[in-house]
Amino acid sequence: MSSRTRGRDRTNEIGLDYSDYKGQPTTLCQGCGHNSISNQIIQVAFELNIRPHEIIKLSGIGCSSKSPAYFLGMSHGFNALHGRMPSIATGALMANHHLKAVGVSGDGDTGSIGMGQFKHVVRRNVRMVYIVENNGVYGLTKGQFSATADEGLELKYAGVNEFRPIDVCQEAIVAGATFVARSFSGDPNQVRELLKAALSHGGTSVLDIISPCVAFNNADFSTKSYTYGKQHEEPLHNLDYIPVREEIYIDEYAPGEVKPVQLHDGSHILLRKLEAEYDPTDRIKALSRLESALEKKELVTGLIYFDDARSSLAELEGLADEDLPLAQMPEERLRPTPEQLNQVMNKFL
Amino acid sequence: MGVTEPTIKPTPVAESDERVNDFSIVVATANGTGSQTANLTLLRAFFKMGIPVNGKNIFPSNIQGLPTWYHIRVSRDGYVARRETSEVLVAFNEVTVHQDLQELPSGSICLYNDDWRNIPEREDVVMYGVPVNQFLREVGARGKFRDRFTNMIYVGALSWLLEVELDAIEEALSYHFGGRQKLVDSNMEVIRLAYDWAAENLEKRDPFRVEPMNATEGKFLITGNEAAALGAIFGGFNVAAWYPITPSTSMIDALTAHAQELRVDEDGKPSYAIIQAEDELAAIGMVLGAGWAGARALTATSGPGVSLMAEFAGMAYFAEIPSVIWDIQRVGPSTGLPTRTGQGDVTFAYNLGHGDTKNVVLFPADPKECFEFGTTSLDLAEQLQTLVLVLSDLDLGMNNWMTNSFDYPEEPLQRGKVLSAEDVEEKGFSRYKDIDGDGVTYRTLPGNEHPMAAYFTRGTGHNEHAVYSERADDWTQNMERLMRKFETARTLVPRPVTDEVEGAEIGIIAYGTTRAAIEEARDRLAAQGIKTSFMRLRALPIVDEVQEFVERHERVYVVELNRDGQMYDILRLEMPEMALKMTSLAHLDGMPLTAAWVVENLLEKEQSV
Repeated sequence: MSSRTRGRDRTNEIGLDYSDYKGQPTTLCQGCGHNSISNQIIQVAFELNIRPHEIIKLSGIGCSSKSPAYFLGMSHGFNALHGRMPSIATGALMANHHLKAVGVSGDGDTGSIGMGQFKHVVRRNVRMVYIVENNGVYGLTKGQFSATADEGLELKYAGVNEFRPIDVCQEAIVAGATFVARSFSGDPNQVRELLKAALSHGGTSVLDIISPCVAFNNADFSTKSYTYGKQHEEPLHNLDYIPVREEIYIDEYAPGEVKPVQLHDGSHILLRKLEAEYDPTDRIKALSRLESALEKKELVTGLIYFDDARSSLAELEGLADEDLPLAQMPEERLRPTPEQLNQVMNKFL
Repeated sequence: MGVTEPTIKPTPVAESDERVNDFSIVVATANGTGSQTANLTLLRAFFKMGIPVNGKNIFPSNIQGLPTWYHIRVSRDGYVARRETSEVLVAFNEVTVHQDLQELPSGSICLYNDDWRNIPEREDVVMYGVPVNQFLREVGARGKFRDRFTNMIYVGALSWLLEVELDAIEEALSYHFGGRQKLVDSNMEVIRLAYDWAAENLEKRDPFRVEPMNATEGKFLITGNEAAALGAIFGGFNVAAWYPITPSTSMIDALTAHAQELRVDEDGKPSYAIIQAEDELAAIGMVLGAGWAGARALTATSGPGVSLMAEFAGMAYFAEIPSVIWDIQRVGPSTGLPTRTGQGDVTFAYNLGHGDTKNVVLFPADPKECFEFGTTSLDLAEQLQTLVLVLSDLDLGMNNWMTNSFDYPEEPLQRGKVLSAEDVEEKGFSRYKDIDGDGVTYRTLPGNEHPMAAYFTRGTGHNEHAVYSERADDWTQNMERLMRKFETARTLVPRPVTDEVEGAEIGIIAYGTTRAAIEEARDRLAAQGIKTSFMRLRALPIVDEVQEFVERHERVYVVELNRDGQMYDILRLEMPEMALKMTSLAHLDGMPLTAAWVVENLLEKEQSV
């Protein structure tokens, strides 16, 4: 990548400015990890010289799903129903298999209401980037546990989570995913690298991006020794009060290294970057690695599983070699001839 | 409700007049024994003999073992509605034979398996026993062939009794087996054996027989679902997503089979994709995704599936996404009677979706209209950028109906208001701005390279530019425009088909497959000196003609196959000033409507006039 693509005020190789890839101003909370992810999507599309009209951006319902309005304003977008983004993406990509789809979902949208569609889009290997902006909590409805919330996690309003978390990456691999990665919204370099890889993948690329919620994933302050919380002694009794916080960014960390990250509420997560020699093509090892990480309460980051041998849905449907998308086929391809109608009718008794 | 057939006279058997080409057959067998082959063979043989015929499969929700009945009506007058009773019983299910025999009117005949231990008797029914085991031994039938050949035995014996031509039977078998002569021969062997045995051993003691006519020339037999599939193929569908559910599955089976022949180019490249979804939620989601991206997309389902599609239906209406649902109606609420027919989804379909949702709904009455509406539904969906539901039913969808040849669509595919990059450059683009005043706005498709072409589709409130808005004026203006668009829909949907009789005080309004029973009922009423006019609705929203029709008649009966009179309700709401002139004749027991029911209930209401 040439250095001229690095700057935000430069044009890329197709003559577009960085600002051409921006969307509407965000309405998410200040400091929300989702905004950081949006920024990386903008950056990657700019760096990869993607023509905005070649992209469609899709989402379900929830905080995460609002974010496609905040990037790639020159790309068609579809904010679908809760948990139903995969089916919209599947249909759109059957109609036009040349489009690059970037889907943004959340942990509620994917891990609960949309689990069925998530697993099936992955199983069909629809060529799209499927981002889960994962914060373990329902934001828009103000602080309920999501299915990915840590077991034993205590939240001010939701109480203690008694259930095992759903591991989005494990679910994806079990469903037959061909590209599964995890990252952290505060690690823009890794997010960008994974996004670039995901966009070049020929099937479904699942990116589970841990993206802390500034407002609601707030553990009980009295049990945490986090000075930030102490400084803000307004412990969110009033749900309308959302503290203004900085987005969390972390420094580079090396492959194999464990990086503890302090979240807004003072709790910590442990990120372990997969070591350089990790082999992402072994499905069983990938699963077992995720499972042992879950037990250690670590989050492994990086490309966890990869398989480029499996055909995409468009390939299986016989569309891949076709230059013309179904949506652009002329009438003569779509309507058989009068003679063909007669032939069919003559087959009947 | 017990209804008597006026055409059946309980005359003594020996003295009865001949009944030629005008009676009904009921074949009682067990599900999963292959009797469908035998029954379709009989149906097609009558058709090949030029006799108007209709077959109805009354089957259980079961794969093997439960009782099933196949009704065949031969009618020299061309009536294809179900009749309440049959005069010819093929009793080949020991489990139901007592009940089946009880239901016969006096003077009927019964062909039964003579090997049974307890053979029921009815003195006023002519009983013909057939030694099934003997035949099976003679042809050496073992295993699964026992059941299959057993069915051919009744085909053979019945053919002798009713004078069905064996050539017609053989042609029908050849059609069924796709010309595989070995299968045709082995089945014909059994049929001939039974036929010859009957000729030698049975004494014909009844008035029922068929003779050749030429009333089926130029027609063919097809199910509504297969016709609908062909309609979609000639209507330029290019994405279908679906989830298996009776009675819609055979539409997609046919779509898949015919598209493989008709919709691939010389290089074998398809111009379509058919996806079996994980559920109906995903099926309709794929349809919306495809419709949004510019495909002509459809799904086929039935009531329970439509329930699951409700959320996306509202989105299709509000975000204005072309989409088509074929609802092959079965009987609800809930799982209901999954293998029986009805018209119970009318109000649900019309308003499917929460909030103020209104959908375009089409009502095909026969295979020819299923074919036509294959194009119409996709055209309307794209022209109006909305959801279109086609309400067929199990009776139409899964049973074989005679039809005239389908007409090749005259008009090119209607693709609606879609702007190219050049159009955007020239005219600009606001996704939800009503430029033409008809409520239908312009859209662009993903992939349009113009920098101003992109917009954000959402189910949330939006302004003319498709930008998120919670403003009261944006909301109301948009919803009012959607009403305007619905008024435009009124001008585009298929008009009603009306047969107005001069001097008729009575009008009948109906839709869909009830047509067959109503046409027959009108003839019966006319024979009693009661004139009726008939308006068959083919779509919602209704057009002005409907009100004019009601105005021109003293009393209007709205006939339909549901409990609550759903279309009657809609008509009263749409034209409240006509409410008192209309009376509901609604009925649902899972069976196709009969002329007898219509006549009896209409006359009963007439008495209270």
